[in-house]
Amino acid sequence: MNEHQHKEHSLLAADFNRNEPRVNWHDETLWWVRQKRDRMAWTLPEWEALREAASCIKHNVLGNLHDYLVEFERNAQQNGAVVHWAANAEEHNRIVLQLLREQGVKRMVKSKSMLTEECHLNPFLAENGIEVIDTDLGERIVQLAKEPPSHIVLPCIHKKKEEIGELFHEHLGTPAGNADPQFLTAAARQHLRKEFIQSRVAITGVNFAVAETGEMVVCTNEGNADMGAHLADVHIACMGIEKIIPKRHHLGVFLRLLARSATGQPITTYSSHFRKPKAGQQLHIVLVDNGRSRQLDRDDFRNSLKCIRCGACMNTCPVYRRSGGHSYHNAIAGPIGAILAPNLDMKEYADLPFASTLCGSCSNVCPVKIDIHQQLYKWRQVIVQEGHSKPAKAASMHAMNMVLSRPGLYKAAGGAGRWVMRAMPAVVNNKLNPWYKQREMPEAPKQSFADWYKKNRSK
Amino acid sequence: MKVGLFIPCYIDQFYPNVGIATLSLLEKLGCEVVYPQGQTCCGQPMANSGFEHLTHGCNELFVKNFQDYDYIVAPSGSCVLHIKDHLHVDGKEDAATHIRQRIYELSEFLTDVLKVNNLRAKFPHKVGIHQSCHGQRGLHLSQMTELVAAPFSKPEQLLHMVEGLELVELKRKDECCGFGGTFCVFEEAVSVKMGKDRIDDHVNNGAEYITGNDVSCLMHLEGILRRQNSNVKVLHIAEILNHE
Ligand code: SF4
Repeated sequence: MNEHQHKEHSLLAADFNRNEPRVNWHDETLWWVRQKRDRMAWTLPEWEALREAASCIKHNVLGNLHDYLVEFERNAQQNGAVVHWAANAEEHNRIVLQLLREQGVKRMVKSKSMLTEECHLNPFLAENGIEVIDTDLGERIVQLAKEPPSHIVLPCIHKKKEEIGELFHEHLGTPAGNADPQFLTAAARQHLRKEFIQSRVAITGVNFAVAETGEMVVCTNEGNADMGAHLADVHIACMGIEKIIPKRHHLGVFLRLLARSATGQPITTYSSHFRKPKAGQQLHIVLVDNGRSRQLDRDDFRNSLKCIRCGACMNTCPVYRRSGGHSYHNAIAGPIGAILAPNLDMKEYADLPFASTLCGSCSNVCPVKIDIHQQLYKWRQVIVQEGHSKPAKAASMHAMNMVLSRPGLYKAAGGAGRWVMRAMPAVVNNKLNPWYKQREMPEAPKQSFADWYKKNRSK
Repeated sequence: MKVGLFIPCYIDQFYPNVGIATLSLLEKLGCEVVYPQGQTCCGQPMANSGFEHLTHGCNELFVKNFQDYDYIVAPSGSCVLHIKDHLHVDGKEDAATHIRQRIYELSEFLTDVLKVNNLRAKFPHKVGIHQSCHGQRGLHLSQMTELVAAPFSKPEQLLHMVEGLELVELKRKDECCGFGGTFCVFEEAVSVKMGKDRIDDHVNNGAEYITGNDVSCLMHLEGILRRQNSNVKVLHIAEILNHE
């Protein structure tokens, strides 16, 4: 990756905050989803036990991943699927391209898959002369806007309906100024239907892959995965290797958690099971590692692979809600993105684990109980140890340590600091002090608590 | 019962009244309280910035200062949580473990150890509680809205004992204020926005005072309130519980 291809999270977030009403709207919209999730969770008295069960099942999966993958491959092959293994994003993209070339297609449909976002499949195929039509409505909207998704479940949550109306006017020829969601959805449906009918290849993501049966489950609200896969001659399902669950009956745990956590629905409108290709159709499954085995090997971070991509940690994150998904400059934004990304490229994403107050709300909503905020803390330690912190920050930390580990120095520095604040406030209250930009400094008292104690209590 | 009083660095320097209120409150409740001189900081500002490896000095100092007390009490959930999670010293692990197990944030010390059920305190005002995250989600001072679990709140339990005090209901009971240690300067824009939103919630629900268990969060909120020339004030919970 190029050095500093992107601005850091703090700067991108500051840009986002230039428009405060928009920040309020973004925050309220996602908070509303969080509240829906709360209401849904409270309808199940066994909610916390369900989370625990899901976490334990995934724990077992991660401990036996090799065996489950081999079992899944065997069963999938018996079902008539072709299984491909990709060590990284490049291999994944090449496998998909190869399959498309064999079919001789120049255009095809894809239903939502965060994995293909992670692998940057769309731009890769575009470079090779193949156009991908994203069929999830939200994804299609960001695709038309030439933007990446800003949220893993709600890809265009950063867009207002008026902006979507304009996009549709420009690209799909809807009347200017019409921003009625129902009308726009109908227009998108017309437009996508054409694509579905013409497309000979369909790519889908995978939510759960069952080792026991070799089947895959894809959860959507729009049925677009089914439309694509059923109408095409070739169905390519792309999945990270951590999507495995051991048995079909475990779906009873995960399907109940997923939609409730994601959008506050009891279940997604469609939970589509793909097991065998129908007569004359090909089914290809691409199993992708792309850093997952490396993460599995990091004791402190392996639990991040339990993630079922529900997005609840983003909806609850007070920082995400006020900085927007694009400020994370990564396919997966928010708290989970911040613990997955440094595994892919520590230098490029060194800023993300610091884009958090460590409030811990993410860990509490996570349906598979990933200790997200603790991993953020641990990534900070790793990133500093590996030398990816800014020299100025390191210097200030060393200075702070110097003072705080020496009581005499601390007393002198504190007294001097308070004196400076009282005598020459301008030294502290200036543009260079980020605290002072929108906040007053605390008033410096004449004496510290230690001084007071000496005068009033010491014998 | 010998209580070692831990007054974190920024309270010592900027909010001595919080230290004084904590001390008087504990004394009023019959504790023998000592403030070991020469204490500084728990090391959290460095650790949360990724420099935990620099905190040996702070840790050694902490163990030296506090190993001889039955309990260690501090008016800060965040610092207490840091000590509980991270205090280790080579060769003095027994002393460090003793401290990790015996350190309490002030309000949990009052409800769980002293089992206080009435207070001589009066504060006839409308008050909003800011639930600081480390106290709440880390030390479980109150139930978290994310969980499907029975509600409780130790700070609320104590504030209910204060004569005349009226607690205001908030729209978002336990949203973070955006202080977050060095986050407040490195992520200035989001930090301030989070603080402003918290303040609006309190103000819109009629709070005259915002109280809480962490001076760090309150300092951040106070900085914004003062910039807004607001009449709303912040007070640490010790200052209210000690107010007669
Ligand atoms: S980390 Fe947990 S809450 Fe966040 S997307 Fe993954 S499963 Fe959902």
